[in-house]
Amino acid sequence: MMPLDDIGLAAVLLTLKLAGTTTVLLLLVGTPIAWWLARTRSRLKGPVSAVVALPLVLPPTVLGFYLLVAMGPNGLIGQLTQHLGLGTLPFTFAGLVVASVFYSMPFVVQPLHNAFEAIGEAPLEAAATLRAGPLGTFFTVVLPLARPGFITASILGFAHTVGEFGVVLMIGGNIPEQTRVLSVQIYDHVEAMEYAQAHWLAGGMLLFSFLVLLALYNSRLKQGWRG
Amino acid sequence: MSSGSKGIEARLRMKHPGFTLDVSLELPGRGVSALFGPSGSGKTSCLRCIAGLERNAAGLVEINGERWQDSASGRFVAPHHRPIGYVFQDANLFAHLSVKQNLEFGMKRVARAERRVAWDQAIELLGIGHLLDRNPQRLSGGERQRAAIARALLTSPKLLLLDEPLAALDIKRKQEILPYLERLHDELEIPVIYVSHAPDEVARLADYLVLLDEGRVVAQGGLQETLARLDLPTAFGDDAGVVVDSVIAGHDPGYDLTRLVFPGGEVLVARRDEAVGQPLRFRVHARDVSLALEKAEGTSISNLLPARVEQVVAAETPAHVLVRLDAQGTALLARITRRSADQLQVRPGKELWAQIKAVALLG
Repeated sequence: MMPLDDIGLAAVLLTLKLAGTTTVLLLLVGTPIAWWLARTRSRLKGPVSAVVALPLVLPPTVLGFYLLVAMGPNGLIGQLTQHLGLGTLPFTFAGLVVASVFYSMPFVVQPLHNAFEAIGEAPLEAAATLRAGPLGTFFTVVLPLARPGFITASILGFAHTVGEFGVVLMIGGNIPEQTRVLSVQIYDHVEAMEYAQAHWLAGGMLLFSFLVLLALYNSRLKQGWRG
Repeated sequence: MSSGSKGIEARLRMKHPGFTLDVSLELPGRGVSALFGPSGSGKTSCLRCIAGLERNAAGLVEINGERWQDSASGRFVAPHHRPIGYVFQDANLFAHLSVKQNLEFGMKRVARAERRVAWDQAIELLGIGHLLDRNPQRLSGGERQRAAIARALLTSPKLLLLDEPLAALDIKRKQEILPYLERLHDELEIPVIYVSHAPDEVARLADYLVLLDEGRVVAQGGLQETLARLDLPTAFGDDAGVVVDSVIAGHDPGYDLTRLVFPGGEVLVARRDEAVGQPLRFRVHARDVSLALEKAEGTSISNLLPARVEQVVAAETPAHVLVRLDAQGTALLARITRRSADQLQVRPGKELWAQIKAVALLG
């Protein structure tokens, strides 16, 4: 019996591709959001924080349901993508990426937010008295000092996307090499009573998750994170 | 003194819960101006406002003709556009950069043509050549402050702001840094505003003194005049005294003494290494000056100066009075008991002899 057949391998690769793409996008989108949250005194800080954190408490099916509606032909996102000539996103890889970005957002934004707050005012003021403008300060002082936060955010964002299931089912369905990720594949195996294959994949996931958490704790990062 | 385009003018108003800053500073455009006062008096706030780190401050900041802030016209130059060097109380070096990279951080952001402080000059002045490859975390407190001062200098600032750079250090480290600060004063033409609550540092480094209390200016003026004023709340308390700038007039190798001359006369101190003609500042505490009606003979005190009484006020204890004396152009303070003052009939205009029991050499 092969530990990993072609179908399983395809699912693993698709999952890694989804998690990788999502993590990169989340770092790009999440960094400015986290920086804004760490610095702003706006009254919008509370509501924005709450929206970002929603996926922590919502059942994935609820999030998936609304995203499905929004990405559908009559939804806001759907209208936009159709207008841009991209068609609609549900049941495509791109749709899964968009959904994953929302789903894993808090796991990236919160460690970054904490890391930015931990830096404090002092290095920023020192940079300002040394002729560095806001943008220069961000890239030469804030980013390097927040490095542990970026590592935590990347690991958590990646790992959380790998473990996604409910949202994928709602948005992506079960299309091989398009939307059939690992967790869905395991579900399929169990449905078909193929427990041996399910074991290989599930055991792999278990090991992967354990190693991720072990790496996280071993790196003794003091960044607080919820999840 | 400062007026018009030359000099430093800062009129600042700022309100925080429980603290209001309302000051008008007029500082000379060169030399070291000290902001002195107890903690919470607004010294650091003044410095931060001048640097532009306090966005909520209203007022006017003008440095040698350059206007950095003018709330009346809405002008506010961002801190990174102000040609200042700022040394924070805790050095505030970047933890992710080596000492060398810290020094380069500001310097490389200044156009080549505007660099007036050379790399080697700053390194040598602060004695940090051997520290360049280290991480800031692996420096002692004194080394960290020296690196921070060099980092600020290398931006070739038009104004150097020092926020209690010695406060976090023990006596030994202070002694280690003070000579560097003195060289800064002697060798560079950059005006310095120095925040401190240590009378010693102020007496040693400052040319101009601003006394602050509860966010207001109590007095400002030249160091010597201001220290000798008796109408001020005794900010220095038991440390009341004057500072005298003297010149080394000669050495007595036989007795290992050095003779210092100043406008009011001369004093003998323990042998110094400096050459004849070198300037030397010393401090005379009011508690170390006693008064006599006649030039005392047969006393171990050899430093006697003829002086005239200018003013007598109550000291911080009911048993004492503070006497301001004019020793032929040099102001002196004497702290004597009220009883002695009555017995000697010490009153303004009286001619007598000041006996200086001890002088503290600053340098």
